[in-house]
Amino acid sequence: MLRAEGVLKHYDRLRGSSNYFCALQKLDFALEPGRVTEITGRSGSGKSTLLNILAGLLRPTEGKVRLEQTDLYALPDGELSRLRNRAIGVVPQGQTGLRSLTVLENVLLPWQLYSRGHAPAARARELLERVGIADLEQVRIGELSGGEMRRMAIARALIMQPAVLLADEPTGDLDDENTAAVLRLMRDTAREGTAVLLVTHEAEAARYADAVYRMEAGALSLQAAK
Amino acid sequence: MIARLSFKNLTGRPGRTAALVLLAAFLAFSIFGGSLMILSLQRGLDGLEARLGADIIVVPSSARSKFNVNDLLLQGNPGYFYMNKSYADQVAAREGVEQVSCQLYLASVSAGCCSVPVQIIGFDPATDFTILPWARETYREEIGRGDILVGSDVNVPQDGILRFYNVDCRVVAQLSKTGSSLDTAVYGNQQTIQALIAASQERGLNQYNQIETDKVVSAVLIKVKNGYDVEDVKDDINIHVRKVVAVRASHMISGIADSLAGMSRLITLFIAAVWALCLAVMAVAFAMIMNERKKEFAVLRVLGASRGRLAGLVMSEAAAVNLLGALAGIALALLAVLPFSAAIEKGLGLPFVIPDAGRVLLLAAAALGACLAAGAAVSALSAVRVSRVDPSLMIREEN
Repeated sequence: MLRAEGVLKHYDRLRGSSNYFCALQKLDFALEPGRVTEITGRSGSGKSTLLNILAGLLRPTEGKVRLEQTDLYALPDGELSRLRNRAIGVVPQGQTGLRSLTVLENVLLPWQLYSRGHAPAARARELLERVGIADLEQVRIGELSGGEMRRMAIARALIMQPAVLLADEPTGDLDDENTAAVLRLMRDTAREGTAVLLVTHEAEAARYADAVYRMEAGALSLQAAK
Repeated sequence: MIARLSFKNLTGRPGRTAALVLLAAFLAFSIFGGSLMILSLQRGLDGLEARLGADIIVVPSSARSKFNVNDLLLQGNPGYFYMNKSYADQVAAREGVEQVSCQLYLASVSAGCCSVPVQIIGFDPATDFTILPWARETYREEIGRGDILVGSDVNVPQDGILRFYNVDCRVVAQLSKTGSSLDTAVYGNQQTIQALIAASQERGLNQYNQIETDKVVSAVLIKVKNGYDVEDVKDDINIHVRKVVAVRASHMISGIADSLAGMSRLITLFIAAVWALCLAVMAVAFAMIMNERKKEFAVLRVLGASRGRLAGLVMSEAAAVNLLGALAGIALALLAVLPFSAAIEKGLGLPFVIPDAGRVLLLAAAALGACLAAGAAVSALSAVRVSRVDPSLMIREEN
């Protein structure tokens, strides 16, 4: 499904010099449909860097990322953007709603970027129901708590029924009850055929994952697999 | 979608949007209002030039004591002065003079038609070469005794009758605007004006009690023969014909032309200053707003918006703001200039004629285009910067 081949990422500390910071050591990694993959690790270990590379948002220094047979970074920006919009759902870190829109409008935003006609409002409402904020659909983003905003971002990432879901700390700011609900939703999403990646510090997440990796200093190692 | 998102962004931040619209309105107000002023002043000067018709105007030397002869066409206060008709014959006999036509002036003390006294000018239709070409724009019939032509600023009653010194005169045509005191004048043939002068004398309202109206003139208008220098002919008259003053007609408006050039320079400087200031403020405002919204743009990139879509979003928002501001600025400029053209003319002391609706529309369209282009240029820089955001870094920076 989504495969990283020989991917590594360096950041030059000084332009043109050999002094660089290695954010990600050379690795091969794959996400499969129907499976939840978890990556844990300390902050700054390279988890989010790998997620952004997999999402087509951050060009690796070396290596390729393929979705099916398509090399993401060989595509021009317009095509890569459309592919991401259609096939890769991303839950970014932090608060990522558009303040001028309501919760429902934010959830429908990926669909509205390129599509015409009637927006899938029923699906958006169903997703809001599943993340437990259905009663907030007409509320503006600025009025949401951090946890509510995270759940909106999850619903938004799923609106296009993506083949791949990449979630960066999706349970951040959530209480235990909502953490469990979100993790169940991730599991259910994988059951529907989506390849799910969870980047998290949440210990509870391992119960829902098919494979658990640990990232340390940019090096990825498999911890457990079902 | 871009349009809807732009609309939501603009309406979602009304204060920010209003500030940008205001800047765009300043741009449009200055360029449209300023250009309309310059065009109106130029049109006033052109109209006046076209109306002069004569190369030289000769008046009695005594007229000098009443006003600056160079201001004859523009002085706001009606007056009257006379010289013997024989002077016209002497002037006509000078070398280089091709054609002469006499005019007779009378000032009405108070006229029911006007809020201010008007200058009444008698001309000879048989020899005239200045009034008739102007009158022919609106009236082609013969101008008989009692018939008058009125300037564009004279209020004409519904029955078309104006009364001066208890003499009823029939308004046969209203002349096109010149932006000068000619617009408040009344024109009739020699018989009409002679009758009015006689009526004014009967009522003791004319300081020239003893004049014989058929033997005097107020001014002699001269057309110079081809091949003769106007300045030389004027000097020749001043040297050889006593008790008269000959003035080049173009000198009467050279002061206006100089003032107009100065005023145009001032307005152009004002427009340039406003534009430089507004565009700089607009560029900074756009950059600040884009910086404030960089996380929003990063989110859109994460959701699949291409660089082109992001740039399109920024540009469409800028275009909407500039369009709204430019329309408001143009409307404000119209409201500031059109209803107050008479006050502007009086304030500036220069002929001021608003162009016709077609030209005003054309000017408005050009101003709108200029504002949209300038706004687009300013926002394009921000659009390019926004489209280059690194969403992964941006979102992380913000958290």
